[in-house]
Amino acid sequence: MEVYDGEFITELETIAKRIRRHSVKMIYEAGSGHPGGSLSAADILAALYFHIMRHDPKRPDWPDRDRFVMSKGHAAPALYSVLAEAGYFPLDELSSLRKLGSRLQGHPCMHKTPGVEMSTGSLGHGLAAGNGMALAAKLDRKLYRIYVLCGDGEMDVGETWEAAMLAAHYKLDNVTAYVDRNKLQLDGPTETIMSLEPLSDKWKAFGWHVIEINGHNMKEIIHATNEARGVKGKPTVIIAHTIKGKGVSYMEGALHFHGKAPNKQEYEIAMKELGGDKQ
Amino acid sequence: MKWKEESQRKQYGRALVELGKERGDIVVLDADLSSSTRTADFAAAFPERFFNCGIAEQNMMDTAAGLAASGKTVFVSTFAVFGTGRCYDQIRQSIAYPNLNVKIVVSHAGITVGGDGASHQIVEDIALMRVLPNMTVIVPADAVETYKVVKHVAKSKGPVYVRIGRSDVPTISDQASEFEPAKAPVVREGKDVTLIGCGIMVSKCLEAADELTKHGIDARVVNLHTIKPIDEKTIVKAARETGGVVTAEEHSVMMGMGSAVAMVLVENFHVPMKRVGIPDVFGESGACDELMNKYGLTVDNIVEAAHDVLKRKK
Repeated sequence: MEVYDGEFITELETIAKRIRRHSVKMIYEAGSGHPGGSLSAADILAALYFHIMRHDPKRPDWPDRDRFVMSKGHAAPALYSVLAEAGYFPLDELSSLRKLGSRLQGHPCMHKTPGVEMSTGSLGHGLAAGNGMALAAKLDRKLYRIYVLCGDGEMDVGETWEAAMLAAHYKLDNVTAYVDRNKLQLDGPTETIMSLEPLSDKWKAFGWHVIEINGHNMKEIIHATNEARGVKGKPTVIIAHTIKGKGVSYMEGALHFHGKAPNKQEYEIAMKELGGDKQ
Repeated sequence: MKWKEESQRKQYGRALVELGKERGDIVVLDADLSSSTRTADFAAAFPERFFNCGIAEQNMMDTAAGLAASGKTVFVSTFAVFGTGRCYDQIRQSIAYPNLNVKIVVSHAGITVGGDGASHQIVEDIALMRVLPNMTVIVPADAVETYKVVKHVAKSKGPVYVRIGRSDVPTISDQASEFEPAKAPVVREGKDVTLIGCGIMVSKCLEAADELTKHGIDARVVNLHTIKPIDEKTIVKAARETGGVVTAEEHSVMMGMGSAVAMVLVENFHVPMKRVGIPDVFGESGACDELMNKYGLTVDNIVEAAHDVLKRKK
């Protein structure tokens, strides 16, 4: 891990902070949305789009691009933010989230938004869709990789485990799944609503290579993803331990910010904490 | 019976193998029913392009979506009951909404499943599929038409639902004619009443038309193989020229082909109409013919409906 120089990591952390800022701003302006899960996923998205993935914002349909599927579609604000930062569409457009006629739907729509690979929102679909892309890559002897970001609430969904079986059965080593393990779902803590632990053992039993990391540590995210690339014959899941609402003091670990927009005062505090007042 | 009875599934399998030879982008998925749906024929010929997903239809639909999003033309098969209701959300969210190139070809639709009983006899799948934006819904009349439909939908863009049965059905179509999408062929001309059928009921409509001749009634028969998009022109023309319409389908009368026709007529040209189909009930185990009798899907039921319509004609 020492190979990464400090400046490079700092740059990624700055991008993650901008993703957080955009996400909160978009949700505030829209008056609705899901800040908690957008903030917990920001670091992984920054690492993927600004370091890990081979992609070209000028050619969203480049056949050899790596694919990212946002299975937890309610974190759309974070996805749109990283796509805009990467240059898929103008940053100004972020303010149109959830508005009539916008390309930025409340949940990702692949035909409206450049860079969105799969329409998601109904939970538990993304991993299977990513597997389909991975099968296509194998059939076409292409080297592109598929990255899928799942919420930990999606571990409740039966289809997640159907997809886990399929990926292992067909040896989809070109799939890397991240579980945004922020430990909260809409109704409460995951372990209260539907126990997931021992989550790592479950994935191992399903035939996956499992890595557990701190999902807010840029070096760990990159290191684990590199490790996944080297694993042959089986898919890899990276269980990323995160904090829901990460980066905004009153949102961190706060259940009610799963799907609620901040009010004006809360918004201003968030911008201050995320360094938005400096822009 | 004046027609040869043939398997729609067998022709599906044959068409798939031909498509596999012609095109490298054809991929087929099944959910542990490949020997029944006949996708096994494709699997044997092109094992690298066939993926058995196990008994996991939701997973299969989303996997198909991912393959289609990566440029593949994907055929997905299982029994109709498992390929619609069991994975409706996946079809809606990941196939219909993003308008992906997935062809859902399901067998064992309707009550002619027979002995398996109501758990396996879906009578509401047309309703579920036709209400989805972007979805095309096709019910081939026989084995020959099934072959043509499969070859056609492989060329079309976007999601398609193709419904075929378990049992052998009378072949009423000819090999030579081209399949015209969304154009309902008039399979028998007539001026007194129109019988509109789909699937296995088209041959029953033709038999009913023969029966009606004995009463001096000249019935037109339309094969409404494509329920969505619906051929309004042919339906309205038939209503205008014959003044009465009977529909016949192996599906619930609640929201199937008959109600689609009724919607066309009520907005365009009012004529007396009667729907022959399965009433608002679940099926049961039995032999195909017994079930067709009990649930009102016979030639006599169509004849009776035609008389009823004729009585109401001005």
